[in-house]
Amino acid sequence: MLEQRLQIEAEAANSPHLLPKAPTGIKGLDDVTGGGLPRGRPTLVCGPAGCGKTLLGIEFLVRGITDYGEPGVFLAFEETREDLIANVASLGFDLAQLEADGKLAIEHISLYPNEFEQSGEWDLEGLFVWLGAAIDAVKADRVVIDTIENLFAAFSDKSTLRAELRRLFRWLKDRGVTAVITCERGDGSLTPHGIEEYVSDCVIVLDHRVSEETSTRRLRVLKYRGSLHGTNEYPFLIGKNGVSVVPITALGLEHDASGERLSMGVDRLDEMLGGRGVLRGSSILVSGTAGTGKSTVAAELCNAACGRGERALYFAFEESEAQIVRNMSSVGMDLRQWVEQGLLQFRCVRPSLLGLEAHLSSMQDLVMEYEPAVVVVDPISDLLTAGASRDVSAMLTRQVDFLKVKGATALFTSLDQDLQLEQANHQIAALIDVWLLMTTEVSNGERNRSLSVLKARGMAHSNQIREFLLTERGIELTADHGLGEVLTGSARLAEEARLGHDSSNGGAR
Amino acid sequence: MRFLPAEAADPNAQAEIYRLRLYVAGQSPKSLKALANLKRICEEHLESRYEIEVVDLVEQPRLAAGDEIIAIPTLVRRLPEPMRKVIGDLSDSERVLVGLQLLPLDQ
Repeated sequence: MLEQRLQIEAEAANSPHLLPKAPTGIKGLDDVTGGGLPRGRPTLVCGPAGCGKTLLGIEFLVRGITDYGEPGVFLAFEETREDLIANVASLGFDLAQLEADGKLAIEHISLYPNEFEQSGEWDLEGLFVWLGAAIDAVKADRVVIDTIENLFAAFSDKSTLRAELRRLFRWLKDRGVTAVITCERGDGSLTPHGIEEYVSDCVIVLDHRVSEETSTRRLRVLKYRGSLHGTNEYPFLIGKNGVSVVPITALGLEHDASGERLSMGVDRLDEMLGGRGVLRGSSILVSGTAGTGKSTVAAELCNAACGRGERALYFAFEESEAQIVRNMSSVGMDLRQWVEQGLLQFRCVRPSLLGLEAHLSSMQDLVMEYEPAVVVVDPISDLLTAGASRDVSAMLTRQVDFLKVKGATALFTSLDQDLQLEQANHQIAALIDVWLLMTTEVSNGERNRSLSVLKARGMAHSNQIREFLLTERGIELTADHGLGEVLTGSARLAEEARLGHDSSNGGAR
Repeated sequence: MRFLPAEAADPNAQAEIYRLRLYVAGQSPKSLKALANLKRICEEHLESRYEIEVVDLVEQPRLAAGDEIIAIPTLVRRLPEPMRKVIGDLSDSERVLVGLQLLPLDQ
């Protein structure tokens, strides 16, 4: 995968003469295609209804106009101009404005099944003339035709239509426009009418599958003549900023490895992590059973970040903002001040409200917008319930990668209760730099919390299990007693009394 | 879709004028053939109750959008309503008459 990606990049970088490409500007798609769609040639995008074909086409045009100064024509057989404008307004695309600026032409042709009586020979010259006029009007470099399926429904003479479509693709090529033509998927063959045989340059297949009641969209570059391309199926999202195709490992292993250390907000915890806290930009997993203080560790990290004047973003899937602020004030943390100063933002949402992909996409959008130094996802195990388990690891991998690339220090809490979640944890464990394990142990009629560092990449770390106290002054971890066993609660107090040394944390319960 | 002739449904339809518009693209063989065929069919079946307007999209490309013309040649029956469209060089007279609703199929 990585090798393949490097190859794609090397080709894009070293051999620009091979095949000129038109960047789509769509997140991730240009990575998968090694720079974009074949410039001046038609690309076929096929997939079932509702898979995002139209949106992909629109975004290709909009990004072309806004990012690359290439005007475009959208020829719609399906949706009307007004519908299209309304449908994509929520994604921040103002098609009407682009039209008013003379950068975009939306042409709608309504076709009804078997609309025409046919008598003798015909051709699609009218479509060519229409399209040609629209291309000339905005000096278009890009054209989207959505979808040719409607042509097949309208004309009964399929063989003439097929021949005419072949002529259309040639004509588009002659006009030198980079075109996206959408079509449905057929049973058995790629398209119901074998159109893929005419478009020999680039074929992209979209899919929309529902497994375990969660739908995931996937994209695959089936064919790309003269260019290396990623051959995998890549999940893609439709977020509030449009389509985003993020190849699973594309983002990985490219981020800067910062040597800067970041305090976790708890002195003794920093001490356990080589004395200086975690590396900036690392991913932290805090796992443990219910009530072990995971959220408090997360809040301390945010509190410390805000105290340094950095921004923190807290995704909460179980508690409301007010609840978290209140709870943390009981352990001596004033989070309200950071919220008021705009340094801390909460995003509290029920995990079942959206599918996993939608969650991740909205999280990514917010991270892009807010640019936090610290991101907390509390708990990530709740997200797992929002997705089919097979997809979860891939999606979470992307999320962890994404946050790494953004340079954000990420903390994920995870409720370890059943086996399934543990397995999911194993999948993300490989991506995690620092793993803190929180447990409660019952002894002497007490339930005592303890914390240990299971893993900490790139830094010396303590191998000890420490007692973990939630006090009015926040989290406190007991000092290292230098004893062979971990003493917690009253056993520790007794031992301390015996040794006659005064623990700074003692008794604060 | 098969229809009875309009006349069968409406006795006054006999006097109705057929406003027909033929969309062509330049002087292509298909276009010329369509116009010739159309004139012949109208003379045979509509006598003087018709008007033919020829629109050449090569000269007026924006007119294609008006009647949403994508196939060439396209014959549009603008009146009587509803609008009907027949595509092709109109070499099959019977299909043209069916398209214009001038001929019952079982005739």
